[in-house]
Amino acid sequence: MRVNFTVNGRPQEADDVWEGESLLYVLRERLGLPGSKNACEQGECGSCTVRLDGVPVCSCLVAAGQAEGRDVVTVEGLGDHARQRSCGGSDGVPLDAAKGWAAKAGTDSQAGEGVELAPIQQAFIDAGAVQCGFCTPGLLVASDELLERNPNPSDADIREALSGNLCRCTGYEKIMDAVRLAAARQSEGV
Amino acid sequence: MPANGVPTKITQGSGTKGGIGESTLRPDGTLKVTGEFAYSSDMWHEDMLWGQILRSTVAHAEIVSIDTAEALALPGVYAVMTYDDLPTEVKHYGLEIQDTPVLAHGKVRHHGEPVAIVAADHPETARRAAAKIKVEYRELPVITDERSALAPDAVLVHEGRDDHHIGHVAHPNIVHRQPIVRGDAAVAAARADVIVKGEYTFGMQDQAFLGPESGLAVPEEDGGVHLYIATQWLHSDLRQIAPVLGLPERKVRMTLSGVGGAFGGREDLSMQIHACLLALRTGKPVKIVYNRFESFFGHVHRHPAKLYYEHGATRDGKLTHVKCRIVLDGGAYASASPAVVGNASSLSVGPYVVDDVDIEALALYTNNPPCGAMRGFGAVQACFAYEAQMDKVAKELGMDPVEFRQLNAMEQGTVMPTGQPVDSPAPVAELLRRVKAMPLPPERQWESSEGADVRQLPGGLSNTTHGEGVVRGIGYAVGIKNVGFSEGFDDYSTARVRMEVIAGEPVATVHTAMAEVGQGGVTVHAQIARSELGVAQVTIHPADTQVGSAGSTSASRQTYVTGGAVKNACELVRERVLELGRRKFGSYHPAWATAELLLEGGKVVTDGGEVLADLVDVLEGEAVEVEEEWRHRPTEAFDLRTGQGNGHVQYSFAAHRAVVEVDTELGLVKVIELACAQDVGKALNPLSVVGQIQGGTTQGLGVAVMEEIIVDPKTAKVRNPSFTDYLIPTILDTPTIPVDVLELADEHAPYGLRGIGEAPTLSSTPAVLAAIRGATGLELDRTPVRPEHLTGTA
Repeated sequence: MRVNFTVNGRPQEADDVWEGESLLYVLRERLGLPGSKNACEQGECGSCTVRLDGVPVCSCLVAAGQAEGRDVVTVEGLGDHARQRSCGGSDGVPLDAAKGWAAKAGTDSQAGEGVELAPIQQAFIDAGAVQCGFCTPGLLVASDELLERNPNPSDADIREALSGNLCRCTGYEKIMDAVRLAAARQSEGV
Repeated sequence: MPANGVPTKITQGSGTKGGIGESTLRPDGTLKVTGEFAYSSDMWHEDMLWGQILRSTVAHAEIVSIDTAEALALPGVYAVMTYDDLPTEVKHYGLEIQDTPVLAHGKVRHHGEPVAIVAADHPETARRAAAKIKVEYRELPVITDERSALAPDAVLVHEGRDDHHIGHVAHPNIVHRQPIVRGDAAVAAARADVIVKGEYTFGMQDQAFLGPESGLAVPEEDGGVHLYIATQWLHSDLRQIAPVLGLPERKVRMTLSGVGGAFGGREDLSMQIHACLLALRTGKPVKIVYNRFESFFGHVHRHPAKLYYEHGATRDGKLTHVKCRIVLDGGAYASASPAVVGNASSLSVGPYVVDDVDIEALALYTNNPPCGAMRGFGAVQACFAYEAQMDKVAKELGMDPVEFRQLNAMEQGTVMPTGQPVDSPAPVAELLRRVKAMPLPPERQWESSEGADVRQLPGGLSNTTHGEGVVRGIGYAVGIKNVGFSEGFDDYSTARVRMEVIAGEPVATVHTAMAEVGQGGVTVHAQIARSELGVAQVTIHPADTQVGSAGSTSASRQTYVTGGAVKNACELVRERVLELGRRKFGSYHPAWATAELLLEGGKVVTDGGEVLADLVDVLEGEAVEVEEEWRHRPTEAFDLRTGQGNGHVQYSFAAHRAVVEVDTELGLVKVIELACAQDVGKALNPLSVVGQIQGGTTQGLGVAVMEEIIVDPKTAKVRNPSFTDYLIPTILDTPTIPVDVLELADEHAPYGLRGIGEAPTLSSTPAVLAAIRGATGLELDRTPVRPEHLTGTA
């Protein structure tokens, strides 16, 4: 089958999709967006978290066909998404504006110099919240969504919001630091 | 055309300052937060096929027949291979003992053993094809524990053993046994005023790294293959892969792909040989990615163990002797079992002074899942038991458990049970003092004016209590771990460092085969190069087999050993650069010949700070490159009868204090805080050091209260191979983890550093157990503790 949907603001068309394929598989294997990760493929680890019409979901549990006509934001689009949000207020992004987003082409091997990161992405780097990094894309999408609806979360709020995202490396302390840091920078307008 | 996701050089730019001792940021951090960092499961190649492995559905059986016809007939299937299709006489592999069949031959020895492999054009097609392979099994009785393994009529898990351990074990179902005898435990026991005995059970823990086993094998024009892979040790994989393929090692090129965590679970091969076999058979690139279910079968686990201890002490609180017997379940194949036995025995007493010991550790062959390396490696199981014993003895003596430990704590100069003196700082008593001195979290918060936040109570959002039945407990533990490969192993690493001018700036390139698995080795390599070579720009070359072996990313060893190799190579490069400078500019300033010269801030300077030349000018038109192996002090094998020998390179120490709250009615545990104090020798990157300690602590918490692979004792089948049924700590299960870092230099190690990755995994578990015992008054002689153990309904 063919699936038409919007990914990171760009209309996408995936052909020859088998009905059993997940949204995660189509993103990773058909659209060249492997940022969303495949740690458990059973909805337990959150490493494949994307936003589907704004709502964080495990893309491994969404059948590709269910994304038909809908908007998906992945970790690859997080920088643009945050930039649009800071320009366009908190009510989401107008569709026309969103359609102007584009995923970055190629890989910046110069340690990301010149790449514009979302505040939550920068905070994860600065706080040391990234080790192996496999859980990071899902945690970033979930954390960004938390800060969008709750700019000043308590520690308990952060833990609740991220409880669907497993991390095996960090013991979560530096992930807590990163979300607190992003929230603080956001409230200071940095 | 090249594969997508091939690792590229990462340059950390001139905006990044920072040598050793600074919390510089990861060079791969931006790639990892943007989703552009390519893990092994992200690799993609035009025209690639997907590989799938068919695994045994029973634990122990003869294979009567395998019928692949239906699978081969499925459209989209390119190859189906079984044992009979293996290309050479070498059909087994293994880290130390080559006892693991690439594909099962005549027999399967554990649930989930690879029997056949399939390549197809879609992963689902490959899965369906594998399901169409018909395997007929004739089941055999299963060996599941010491009793069944050593019974007089026990079936041998491996017949005809000819490995180098068979000569000193009492039964062929014992992989390896290491006794340690020092002093006279029987005589010392007579001096004891109290004697405490205990039997303990340690459950099977999974590494549960999040990035599944995966890789891409690309056939090459010269008949060889290029494997992009997530592993802990490229050259160890290579040594095992090449003979099975019938290729010389130079025709098996290996490049490290992004690794999503390891924790020991990638020391053994998983899908490496299978992907290469299918690629060479089909002439097409083949990608294999395990899903989580398969991952639980696709790597070894931490050895479950039975531990039998006897401790004696005098009335004034001095330990008289320790007797112990540690029985590790190695499962169906040897993996790292012999080395785990060496660790478990040599570290079985813990960080205490005990002159009279009688110790025995052994690993069994059974039909349970194979067990091998996991963070802590034999020392974890022992620490759980000896720390429980220390609490029991203290209680028997009426002493404070921390004071009792401090009274018996080892220090620099203490002689280990193996006869090896500890010849660098061993601040065991001080770590306990520090962790005890940290402020305690406030009590009974649910009685505060804001009322109960159920999220901070046992049971959490299940809303099972608002404080009723909740009791607090506090527990302490301390542990000792060796650093580096032990027992005479030639534990070297190799580094290639190049210095040249690029775009008008001096740049150092560091090339090693070190597996970056998340620990931050690449960050540290760049820091070392900056410190030693005085450059701002450092390029980290992807790890591959085009450079010498770096050894394994295991045993807390990479910062020490590959860090040491990078430091050494940088020093040799610096000498050559200075030689170049002397040749070019020596006649302009006498200090070139007379002063101690350094490289700093892109310049050659004297130790007095006088600038002699710009590195750009010295290196103009030239590149300096050195590749060199580096070794730490050699170690010795343990004597097979007495266990004596200077077997370890370095020791590492951490202490924990756990604060828990237990809903005693429902048996639910909430760990409130898990504080750690650790000596790290020298923190090369303080941010990463704390991250390692917190991560290790959390894995110890997991095996204290939730993590266990359940194996059916009747069938030896794994019952919970999923993240639905095998639980690892979430952010809600994990408390705050305050960390106190002590830096007492080890003069034998580069920069005085101490390997740090594993020690915090040891003491975390027994500290949590001690806290739960404190809250409940229960004995709790097994880990993990589940609710039924606390409510008496087990």
